Amino acid sequence: MGRYVLKRLLLLVPVVIGILLITFLMKALIPTDAATAIYQGQLSEQDAAQAIAALRAKYHLDLPWYQQFVLYVGDLAHGDLGESIRLRKPVIDEIGYRYVNTILLTGAALAIALIVGLATGILAAARRNTWLDVTATTIGLFGISMPAFFFGLLLILLCSVWLRLLPVVPHGPLAIVLPAVALGLIEAAPLSRVARSSMIDVLRRDYILAARARGASEIALILRHALPNALIVVLTVVGLQIGNLLGGAFIVETIFSWHGIGELAVNAIQWRDFALTQAIILISAVTYLVINLAADILYACLDPRVELVS
Amino acid sequence: MTMPSPRHDGPLLDIRDLRTQFGSGPGTVNAVQGVDLRIAPGEIVGLVGESGSGKSVLALSIMRLIQKPGRIAGGEILFDGRDVLAMSARDLGRWRGRDIGIIFQQPQGCLNPVRRIGWQVAEPLRQQERLSRKGAWDGAVALLRSVGIPAPEEKALAYPHQLSGGQAQRVMIAIALALRPRLLIADEPTTALDVTIQAQILELLRDSCRHAGTSLLLVTHDLGVVARLADRVAVMYAGRIVEDGPVATILDHPAHPYARGLLRAAPRLGQSGGERLQDIPGGIPDLSRPAAGCAFAPRCGRRASLALARCLEEMPPLDPVARDHRLRCWATPDATGDGP
Amino acid sequence: MSEAVLEEPIFRAVPRWRQLLRRLLRNPSAVAGGAVLLILILLAAFAPLIAPYDPFKISPAQRLTPPGALHWLGTDEVGRDLLSRIIYGTRYFLLICAVTASISASIGTVLGLVAGAGSSLTDGIIMRMIDILLAFPYILMVLVVVAILGPSLWTGMAAVGIAGIPGYARLVRSTVLTVKAEDYVVSVRALGASEAEILFRTVLPNVLSPLIVYLSFATPLAALLASALSFAGLGTQPPAPEWGAMLVNSRTFLFSAWWAVAAPGTALFISIFGMNILGNGLRDVLDPRS
Repeated sequence: MGRYVLKRLLLLVPVVIGILLITFLMKALIPTDAATAIYQGQLSEQDAAQAIAALRAKYHLDLPWYQQFVLYVGDLAHGDLGESIRLRKPVIDEIGYRYVNTILLTGAALAIALIVGLATGILAAARRNTWLDVTATTIGLFGISMPAFFFGLLLILLCSVWLRLLPVVPHGPLAIVLPAVALGLIEAAPLSRVARSSMIDVLRRDYILAARARGASEIALILRHALPNALIVVLTVVGLQIGNLLGGAFIVETIFSWHGIGELAVNAIQWRDFALTQAIILISAVTYLVINLAADILYACLDPRVELVS
Repeated sequence: MTMPSPRHDGPLLDIRDLRTQFGSGPGTVNAVQGVDLRIAPGEIVGLVGESGSGKSVLALSIMRLIQKPGRIAGGEILFDGRDVLAMSARDLGRWRGRDIGIIFQQPQGCLNPVRRIGWQVAEPLRQQERLSRKGAWDGAVALLRSVGIPAPEEKALAYPHQLSGGQAQRVMIAIALALRPRLLIADEPTTALDVTIQAQILELLRDSCRHAGTSLLLVTHDLGVVARLADRVAVMYAGRIVEDGPVATILDHPAHPYARGLLRAAPRLGQSGGERLQDIPGGIPDLSRPAAGCAFAPRCGRRASLALARCLEEMPPLDPVARDHRLRCWATPDATGDGP
Repeated sequence: MSEAVLEEPIFRAVPRWRQLLRRLLRNPSAVAGGAVLLILILLAAFAPLIAPYDPFKISPAQRLTPPGALHWLGTDEVGRDLLSRIIYGTRYFLLICAVTASISASIGTVLGLVAGAGSSLTDGIIMRMIDILLAFPYILMVLVVVAILGPSLWTGMAAVGIAGIPGYARLVRSTVLTVKAEDYVVSVRALGASEAEILFRTVLPNVLSPLIVYLSFATPLAALLASALSFAGLGTQPPAPEWGAMLVNSRTFLFSAWWAVAAPGTALFISIFGMNILGNGLRDVLDPRS
């Protein structure tokens, strides 16, 4: 197992370097930079030119690109993600607490998605072709087609205005409920679908017939014999869906004013604040990689057929 | 586990006029059409037929493992005097595994891929006999040893994909016999295995069953398998038993034209190189459109030369022609009929 | 002899087109989804004839009127008729679907074909590149492109299109590899067919089916993402009547004028739902396994 993890980590190295290059090159490709964006049209031509030059020197924007890259990586190694031009403070300060918020939201949404998705998928498979199955499948189809932002707005309308379940701007722990539910229910749809088809496939297998021939009850068949096998496939899909989940989190944050890095990313792009955008993308990509690795390791633990040592 | 004494003298398994169908309406496939079969305690019965004869469906029907769109359409199954078709789901759950067991053709597919072998063998012990985890594990290792798995303590830790076909089938036998059932059904147990392993597995089956006093219903298309093991043989064609009797009788001088054809078709050692393999011309009938007469009539002899007019109109009954020998045929009613 | 044998592909896993069409027409999902798509196309094509008002015309006096006789879906925050904007919005929706699908499918398929049919070195290089791209979740790649190019309808579409390339490349590559290893390809090769012949006559037709199925699912997903971008202000900008962009300003009036939010959102939902059902139908007919 240790060797498997090591091998995967080593494979990550070129990927990480690629990510670093891409995020760094982003800046190089941006036609106008934040410095220009801030000062353009605000001061007189001359003063603007001076201010821009000063800002550029401060951020080393006037050096050749490879030198900038080296500086960039060096800074990263020191934990310095740069300074947000717009906000006039180190990126790290701003990202820190927002990152935690996003992780919280994504985690809560994933939990909801798993619970709802697995439950409905398993039920639908166990009661195939009954009204339960049809309802679950249709709802699943709805979920896949529903834009997260629309659903979020609908939820706000439903819960805060028409049903008055929650205050319009909830404070404290309640604040996570709506965004997590919005994101979670939508993500539950593809999971439910996969859980259902995976269960149906597993229930058709010979070892289920053999277990039934030994007197296992329906419940034991589904939960003890079939589920562990079906779960493996579901887990693979969860790994693939993490990207969607992250993306959905970004959108949902803006709707519910949930102060996570998604909300920040959207703002950063609009402000053309390259340090901020760059840093957020870097952190998100690395997080995504780590989560994928964790999912792969979990998968290897669960399925004994996976070769741990190649 | 002590075996309960039989509730009555008589066959352990008594099947009467069993009918199993798939689908409904005009396209219904009648896979089993009125089967009568008896198995005595401790007896090994071979059920022979080609693909499509309904023998596997019969095996599954006995244990009520037929699922939608199939269903048992009629008849009776008495196990030790108990009406199997009337059992509740709960009774079925207790009956299966304990009194009756089954092993299938593809042993590796029958094992749960994500659980260790040891636990799969231990499971019936734990559930039905309420042993502790340690006790069940030890019992499982002992069972694996008894079916000939070398180094059972280590093999018990393995996963199914790490076993060979032969080993997997041994494990299936261990699981099936764990609770000492009174009847074991083996559906083509060696068909998917190497020829060299087949003999070993068959011997294992025979020895285990004899040792435990378990009856064995051996479902196969291979006459050789039956010759090795069975006490009695039943030949099945198009959903019906067409002949049954002691193995020596059926294999040496079968009376039914189909059984004769099967025997002739089997390649023998010592056949000269120029001899053609004899097949039975034609194919099995369409089970969704049963003809009125004998199902084999169109293939009986060359171009149905042996079929009488009656054969095409009326289904012959399965009647005894000698003590312990039944035959379903109009054309050779006396069991010593001159064959083609 | 080999030429004669190779006139028809020895094994055709793809059903003939007429057969296909007939089966599609009998499939309820495909019919329903197809109907939705057809309606969208008709609305888009004949928008100027169907829409009651000019979608861009602002009339402050009529702002935020609820659905009624004059304005069937009501008006938005600057008085534009929602029904007309929804109708014109079909053009944006279809454009987004077409452009993103074209970019992703064409580049992705070519990459996948080259990787699958080429040497293992080419395969290795291309797959490493794809893996690096895939290390970014879809959304991040989109954000990168938009960040570089600035938000607009075209950059949004380009971004989503580019982000979709790895998915297609992977699918095509694995299909090609699977087909190459199938027995019928081996036997055709044993009969003397050249690699190019094998590629075009046997591999390609078999790639088409899974490709079409994947397309039918990936496209609505891409459309969803593009709308989400517009909603976040990173794609199509208002005042364009693109459904996602319409929500940018309407959401501030969520409580007082819910119809301004419901109309574009529902239009988006129905369109995507329709395409997903169409995808279901296509899969039922094209994928022999299910």
